[in-house]
Amino acid sequence: METALSTSALVTASLLRPFAGEDGQFKAPGIDEFVGLPALFFEGTPFEINRIIMVRLIALAIMVLLMYLALRKSRLVPTRGQGAAEMALDFVRVQIAEQILGERLGRRFLPLLASLFFAILAMNITGIVPFANIAGTSLVGMPLTMALVSYVAFIYAGIREVGGWPFIRNALFPPGVPPVLYLLLAPVELINIFIMRPVSLALRLLLNMMVGHLLLVLAFAATNFLVVNVGGAAAAFGALTLFGGIVITLFELLIAVLQAYVFTLLTAVYIQQAASDHH
Amino acid sequence: MLSSPTIAANAGIALFLPPVYDIVWSAVPFALILAFFFFFVMPRFRKILDERAELIEGGIAKAEAAQAEASAQLEEYNELLAEARAEAGRIREQARTDGQAILADLKQQAQSEAARITATAQQQIEAERQAAVVSLRTEVGTLAIQLAGGVIGETLTDDAKATAIVDRFLADLDADEKATT
Repeated sequence: METALSTSALVTASLLRPFAGEDGQFKAPGIDEFVGLPALFFEGTPFEINRIIMVRLIALAIMVLLMYLALRKSRLVPTRGQGAAEMALDFVRVQIAEQILGERLGRRFLPLLASLFFAILAMNITGIVPFANIAGTSLVGMPLTMALVSYVAFIYAGIREVGGWPFIRNALFPPGVPPVLYLLLAPVELINIFIMRPVSLALRLLLNMMVGHLLLVLAFAATNFLVVNVGGAAAAFGALTLFGGIVITLFELLIAVLQAYVFTLLTAVYIQQAASDHH
Repeated sequence: MLSSPTIAANAGIALFLPPVYDIVWSAVPFALILAFFFFFVMPRFRKILDERAELIEGGIAKAEAAQAEASAQLEEYNELLAEARAEAGRIREQARTDGQAILADLKQQAQSEAARITATAQQQIEAERQAAVVSLRTEVGTLAIQLAGGVIGETLTDDAKATAIVDRFLADLDADEKATT
């Protein structure tokens, strides 16, 4: 584990473009890590693929492949792979779906929640995988798409479970409040539930992964700059930034899992609130 | 390369405005992932869970059935045991009554046998007595004749003398008889 991580850190450092500007000044990583990337395939078409898109697709393909291999020959007494897959699925089933939504709704929405969790996890984890070094979720399209799916899911759950108008009424005019307050409450709830929820879901995930990547690049670019471009006594500071990079790598592993969990959990909570008669 | 803060700020917006290809390569893969989880992962996962639950429930049901069978057998066994005990009691009772009947029977037989033997003995005794009486009579006759001879030999004028003789004779006879018995 430790050697793998430090190897990954070294690979990361070596793969980075030299971050020294033409004038020998250190240039901090910026939005050009994510925007204006050169196309690798199908340039100029709606199917253009750049580095991050490719990482995203490979991550999802590997996740699907692993799931397929683990569950292909499902047996009562699981193999090691099947056991691991079952454990992960059981985490989503028990800790998220059934705990938040209960038995019946949990069963209905489990496929959606599991899709969200494993897709986000797979694409997040690439942020610290050597040679990928970028999260598939660090382009806005993916978090936005999944937030939209989550949005549609909780509105669907509301309409299906309590009906269209009761759902809107419960959401905008919560019972047990003096009617005068509805003047204030209804617009706030409208913005909160129907605008802020999907936006915050998307932005939370996107910014977490972006910032994590920027931190990693900053640490390893600084290491590269200090050791290669400056050298001498500054190389000692390079060791410090390298160590910082390794710590951030571990931290990013935590963030990758945590953001997948948070996104899925919030989706479940939104569905639960929409589906319950009174909240 | 970014030359001025204004352009950088404007370019920053691009972070949150997905180009078409980003939307395409988000929606299509995620739709596939959804399909994969809906039609492959979850059915498999549920099948495993259901099978496992069924196996456990089946095991419990089997154990319960075995327990029920065992208790039924125990009951049956107890019933048989009680039946056997009752049967044994009955047989013992029967034996006792039979024994008593046999004993009574035997007693009666013994009694009647004893009575028979007694009767026979009495009859025999009576017969012997009769025989004795008969033989005595005969002997008495003979002796009477002898006596008479003796008396005749003497003078029979004295009645008292004759009476004494006869009395003595009979007393002798009695003594004789007593000595023999």
